[in-house]
Formats: sequence, structure tokens, C-alpha cells
Amino acid sequence: MTWETVIGLEIHAQLATASKIFSGASTKYGAAPNTQASLVDLGYPGVLPVLNGDAVRMAVKFGLATHCKIAQRSIFARKNYFYPDLPKGYQISQYELPIVHGGHVDVQLPDGSTRHVNIVRAHLEEDAGKSLHEDFAGMSGIDLNRAGTGLLEIVSAPDMRSAQEAGAYMRKIHALVRYLEICDGNLQEGSFRCDANVSVRRVGDTKLGTRTELKNLNSFRFVEKAIEIERDRQIELIEGGGKVTQETRLFDPDREETRPMRSKEEANDYRYFPDPDLLPIAVDDALIERVRATLPELPDAKRERFTNAYSLSAYDADVLTVDKRLADYFEAVVKATKAAPKIAANWVMGELTGALNRTNVDIDASRVSAATLAALLDKIEAGTISGKIAKEVFEAVWNGEGSVDAVIEKRGLVQISDTGAIDKLVAEVIAANAAQVEQFRAGKQQVLGFLVGQVMKMSKGKANPQQVNEALRKQLGA
Amino acid sequence: MLGPDDIRRLCRLARLDISATEIADASAKLSSIVAMVDQLQAVDTAGVVPMAHPLDRPQRLRADVVTDVDRHELYQRNAAQVERDLYLVPKVIE
Repeated sequence: MTWETVIGLEIHAQLATASKIFSGASTKYGAAPNTQASLVDLGYPGVLPVLNGDAVRMAVKFGLATHCKIAQRSIFARKNYFYPDLPKGYQISQYELPIVHGGHVDVQLPDGSTRHVNIVRAHLEEDAGKSLHEDFAGMSGIDLNRAGTGLLEIVSAPDMRSAQEAGAYMRKIHALVRYLEICDGNLQEGSFRCDANVSVRRVGDTKLGTRTELKNLNSFRFVEKAIEIERDRQIELIEGGGKVTQETRLFDPDREETRPMRSKEEANDYRYFPDPDLLPIAVDDALIERVRATLPELPDAKRERFTNAYSLSAYDADVLTVDKRLADYFEAVVKATKAAPKIAANWVMGELTGALNRTNVDIDASRVSAATLAALLDKIEAGTISGKIAKEVFEAVWNGEGSVDAVIEKRGLVQISDTGAIDKLVAEVIAANAAQVEQFRAGKQQVLGFLVGQVMKMSKGKANPQQVNEALRKQLGA
Repeated sequence: MLGPDDIRRLCRLARLDISATEIADASAKLSSIVAMVDQLQAVDTAGVVPMAHPLDRPQRLRADVVTDVDRHELYQRNAAQVERDLYLVPKVIE
């Protein structure tokens, strides 16, 4: 029996506003507990929420970027439940009339195909606080700094059919919200969170199976892993004659299992009703057009342009456009260098990304600027240094040893292009490797590579490889 | 008519402690309210946009500016228990 997995994701993107969605408290991450919780966030009696205009504009921006309809009038509702990290006893959310609905994104999959994923809705809501359960005997500690931070909850249709597709969709939305600068996308800090609705059905069935909701998926890898584990659990259950129960399950990455969350029998009775403290959000055409004017070139368009304008492969264009800042860096290098875009792409994806990852440095703080990398590539292009030596120069510049010119000068790395000097090196190598020379003359062409290598080694990598090649052939009479 | 189970469930959802003797009274009173709502539902509202708020005007938008300062010590004065600046509550996880 073959099974099909059906997946829909709910993504919570924390809005990159300076203040909270309904109060003037700061949203800055990492502050001391409860120092950023205002009277509104704490749910004191008599206070009223006042909506942050940027939160509205960010939601509209997301809607425009995902072909959604923007509601001219949308409503805030109260979602009622009791939990200590929710002081008011309700979360202000949107229910019947969300600000954004009915759009889609096209997700590129590793095999080159595309999955069209519908976005059912994206609505504004406030985040809850954080509970710390470990440090207090029999008690939980509550930090309400996060309470009231603006969220955009992005709900997809159940359009994904594998864990990989779900992962690719999540990455796509992640790239998008960062391009739009509406969310910093920091998964470690919880700025970008995901729940997955997972069900299975027999291939050919049109009716959806009973789904479970997976929580606590705070990395791309976890989303894929958790869905695979849950899929296997459901299939095994059904094949063994059992039935899937609709419930919320928690993914435990250490034990590689999903398990039911504490049974909240009535957890889903949220008794939504329109929040009388807030008037409807009005979004007119003028506001939409103002927001539209701020839309950057989006990842899809950029990827397309990179493949066409710079003759890059789909893979290269993909890697370079995931992060807008990486794409900007690459383009700055291309504009400033005489080297081919493909060379620039290789360096940005290779040496630069490697160095950033290795040293855990953000691209904005890169120790080798785009202008510097361009200057380095020009040195290769001009034949001043070889590609191999350039890597050494890059490393030295990264480590703060000075400019490209200074490092080449100080370390004496200028490529040897002097014919006399190269001829001399070649002659020495021929004299020292009689056996190989004999093999080459007997017709074994590959030996030439070995001899070139010997000359390069003797020159400490500084000889111009092309000239070495020519000089060798000439002296060997080939 | 709301039965005792309905009343108990509503009270649980609202975190209200209701004694067995109060249930009958609550049931009668709430049922009369529901009956009134039933009466309202007889009105034909086809084509009427549901009202979200009695004021016919849109929500005012605030500029995204931090205006609140840290006053947690003052705010925490009426908390039952505070430790390391955290509000302490009975443990809420199994």
C-alpha cells in the first residue's frame, strides 16, 4: 500500500517593529525579564491597545509579495484561553476577517520542479510571554517581555506532499520575510516559528486523513525530521488497524519522536469574538500603493535575473539569492571587478561564505568587503596572482593583515611571469625528473601535469601555470 | 435549555468555581439569556454586514516608536510572588 503525506504549515513571523503591536514597549530581544512589559502587555485593568501602523504595513507588504488579497476592512478578535504567559486571558488575534488572504508562492524543489503552495491567510496577532519551568521548585517563572510582540501568522493550504516540500516552503517564506524586512528570521531567538499539520492517506484518496498538529519545530531540519517521524507513526498506526486522533503533538528532537501534548480536552474552544477595544483596520488603495512602492526585488525575480544577466546556473542563483544581503554583496563584487560573474559567484559562495560561517560573522560585518574581493579578483584576472595564491591573500586580508596589495607585497606573492625565470625553473625540473620526462616522451601525456606541479611547487605556487605549461612543452619538444 | 454539564463546562472554560447548589440557578439565568438570543436570531439579517464595533470609524494607527520605559519594580508590587524579576506562578507543565 502506498501512502501520501499531506502537510500544511502555520508560520509565526515576529514583526520587525521597534515597539509592540498594541503598546509602546520595546521588542528588543534579550532584555532582563519583564523590563519590556508595559501596562498594556501586562493586561492591567483600564488600559487600551493602540495599533502599531507599521505592523499593518508589514502585513500588507507580505500580502502583496505573495499575490494575496488585502482586506479593506479586517477585524481583531479575542482568542480566549488561560495560561500564565497570557496575562489578559485572551490573545488579540484575527479570526473571521484576516488582513490578508488567498495568495500563493511557488516553491522550487531540489529536483528542479516547482510546487505551487496556496496561502490561505495571514493575520496579525500578539505573541505571548515565556514560561521558565526549570529553576523554581513547584513554580514556573514568567517573563512577559515577549507578550504583545507583533506576529504575522501565515497559514498555508495543505498543499505539500513531503517533508522536503514543507522544508522548502518554510525556507521560501523565511527568505521572503527577510527580503521584505518585516521579520529578522532568527530561528534561534524564536522570531520565526512553525507548526505543521500532518496527515496521511492512501494514494488516490481524495478525502484528507485525520491530521495532527506538530509544535516546537524551530529549525528547517526539525520540520523535515518531525514530519517524517509523524508520517511513519501515522502509517504504522493505520496499517496496524488503529486510527489517528486529531491532537497536538510535540516534537522531541533528542528522542526523535512526537508525543501528545498535555491533554487539554477543551483547548480548542477559544470562544473567539470581535475585540471591543479595537476598531476595524481600514486599508485603502492609497496605503496599498504606498506599501507597493517599498517592495524590493523579490527572490524569484532576482534569481531569474541572476541566471539571465550573469549566466549563472539555477543552483548558483538560488544560493546567492536566499539572503538579500548576500545577493547585494555578489552584485557589488560583479560591478566592481573585471572578472566574470561566475568567478565572483564561486568566490562569494566558496571563500566568503566559508569564512563567514567559520568565524560566525554576519555578512554585514564581513571582514572582506565587496570592493576588496573585487580588487582581489582583478589581481587574478590581470595575472598578478594565481587563483590558488588568491585564496592565501583572501585568508590574510580576512585575518586583518592589510589590503590585497599590501598582503601580496609583504608576502612576496606576485606571480612569476618572467619568461627567463620560468624557463630556469622548468629546466631544473626536467633535469631532476628524468624518469617522468622519459615517460612523457614515450607518449604518456598525463605526466605533463605532474611536471607542471613540480614547477609550481618549486615556485611556491607563484609561477604562472599557463606559462609553465608552455615552457615545459617547448623544452620537451612536444 | 442549558443543562448542568453545559454549566460546568462553561465554568471550567471561564475558570469559575461553581458549587453544586449554584448550578441550577446559573442554568436558569443563562438559559433565559440564550432564549433572548434565540429571539434575536429570528430577525432576517441576510445582506447585513456583521458589525464589529458600534463606532463607525476605522482603527487609529500609532507610529512605531518605543514610548514605554522599564517600570517593572512598580508593576510587580502587586504580584503574589516575584523572583529574579520573574512572576512566579504554580507550575504549569506536567
